[in-house]
Amino acid sequence: MSNTIAKRQHPGFYAIVVMLIIMAVGPIAIMLINSFKLDVDIISGTGGLIFMPTIQNYETALCDILPYELDHLDFCALKFGGAFINSLIIAIVSTALTLIIGCMAAYALVRFKFMGRDTASATTLMVRMVPPAVLLVPVFGLWNNEFCLDKSGLVGGWIRETFGGRGDVCLAGTHSGIILIYVAMNLPFVIWILQSFIVQVPRQLEEAARMDGAGPFQVFFKVVLPLIKPGLAAAAIFTFRIAWNEYLLASALSDRDTKTVPILIVNNMSEFNVEWGVIMATGMLLAIPPIIFTLFASRQIITGMTAGAVKG
Amino acid sequence: MSNTSINRLYPYVFMAPALVIMALALLYPLGYMVYGSFRDWDPSQALGESSFVGLKNYVTLWNDPNFRESVVVTLKFALSVVTIEMIIGVGLALLLDRNLRGMSLLRTLFILPMMIAPVVVGLVWRYMYHPTVGMFNKTLKSIGLEPVDWLGQNALTSVIIADIWQWTPFIFILALAALQSLPRSALEAARIDGATGWQQIVHIKLPLMMPVLIVTCLLRLIDAFKVLEVILVMTEGGPGLSTEILALRISRTATEFRELGVAAAMSNYLLIMLLLLTICMLAYNRWMEYRTERAMRVAAEAG
Repeated sequence: MSNTIAKRQHPGFYAIVVMLIIMAVGPIAIMLINSFKLDVDIISGTGGLIFMPTIQNYETALCDILPYELDHLDFCALKFGGAFINSLIIAIVSTALTLIIGCMAAYALVRFKFMGRDTASATTLMVRMVPPAVLLVPVFGLWNNEFCLDKSGLVGGWIRETFGGRGDVCLAGTHSGIILIYVAMNLPFVIWILQSFIVQVPRQLEEAARMDGAGPFQVFFKVVLPLIKPGLAAAAIFTFRIAWNEYLLASALSDRDTKTVPILIVNNMSEFNVEWGVIMATGMLLAIPPIIFTLFASRQIITGMTAGAVKG
Repeated sequence: MSNTSINRLYPYVFMAPALVIMALALLYPLGYMVYGSFRDWDPSQALGESSFVGLKNYVTLWNDPNFRESVVVTLKFALSVVTIEMIIGVGLALLLDRNLRGMSLLRTLFILPMMIAPVVVGLVWRYMYHPTVGMFNKTLKSIGLEPVDWLGQNALTSVIIADIWQWTPFIFILALAALQSLPRSALEAARIDGATGWQQIVHIKLPLMMPVLIVTCLLRLIDAFKVLEVILVMTEGGPGLSTEILALRISRTATEFRELGVAAAMSNYLLIMLLLLTICMLAYNRWMEYRTERAMRVAAEAG
């Protein structure tokens, strides 16, 4: 009874909850409001909410993909549209690949007893601790010098003829180069999370399917996968978040055409005169996909976050 | 017969793609880095062309006051961030673990700070800390106080505050989940025996939550060593070296000073620190498993 009917609580607790909500959302709200202000308004700081909202900052940010000419701008310096598309390609492809590969590996680790199983699962856990900064140096070296196709070789020659360019064909500067490192970086985490979900799938279901003549792949795709959908959703959101937000490795591996949005923001922040309005509009555009995920799938995110720590 | 041998292959087929990718893009680069840390290596040459210098990079770093400063800053940052976040996060969870309207809204909005890009977090906080434009100093001025030099003299504190804003919710949510999965019977018994709220917290709730809290703490500690973008955007490591954490110093050594060998050695030092932490965590997990197993065995024998 007492669980279903909320007891009247002291109003002080509600005050705390409201204050926490304001503190969590406040900075994001400030960014949202400022992204609709002109720089004059931001700096003069008449403060508060009294200002003429304008979408000029967003127009400046998106100038390279807007169909119409802008009056206030004679040169489109910020190539946000292109970077946004790069970010989308990289985040979506790497999330999809990580999920498929990670799911299979987690299944094997949970359900089969085979040689090297303990080593595999200990390694996954260890690798999870490696910070991106540690990968910076070797990945920069390898992607530029070793993971290359000779331009006189068959495939390399074909790529050079079709897409142009000079020198050997290397992973650095391509979408695939960034995707590869993101998949590798996220795999340990995805495997770890999915393991805790696969363990809960009742074995009898799988055995019943096998009795009916399903092979291991069919059991996996038709029985196990549908049952761990919540886990998959959580893993997908976390992977997407990292691939979408990551700056360091992307900045080392990308070239002019494969820049992602975080790189664009950092480059514009390090200039002496920060154009606050435009940069806040860019930041807001970068923050929108994660915000949408959070609002619609917060339950899955919280399950994913607690699955690792609380259940063990 | 052939059927069973195929069955034995399946686990390897399922594992193969993950193993290949992790070997190619994680383990091989890590090995490459260890190898490179013994060489005098700059970005224009392939690793094979560089010359072998033995432990020189490690020794140089060990004697380099700037590197030591950076280690100290990293440790200060990580330890203070984790301590403060644990206290606030667990405290809030204990305080708000009751039937309150709006808790699910709070939890939803509370995850926002950790979901948005670190780059964006840095951007917002840099704006709020801005000496003239930012809202903190404006507020201070409007109530007649002296403005504070947030990202100047107090840079490390300011960076720590931003991180606390971003990551306290993580600990709050995990602690709350742990609290809500506690056995009701123990709490009920304590209440019947007349334990006060404070006694319940100290003698029952906290000890029962301990395993989760320790894992949370270690996860957070490891993540605190990974922080880079927020600080890069807010202060770029400055002023001076006051906020230059190790991760930032690695990336600057590699890209600005173009000393890949030294950066690799630095990465190795960082990795060793993290490895020690991870081993602690694994050892603790093993020990807990062992303890519960023994408790179960004792209980089974008694029953």
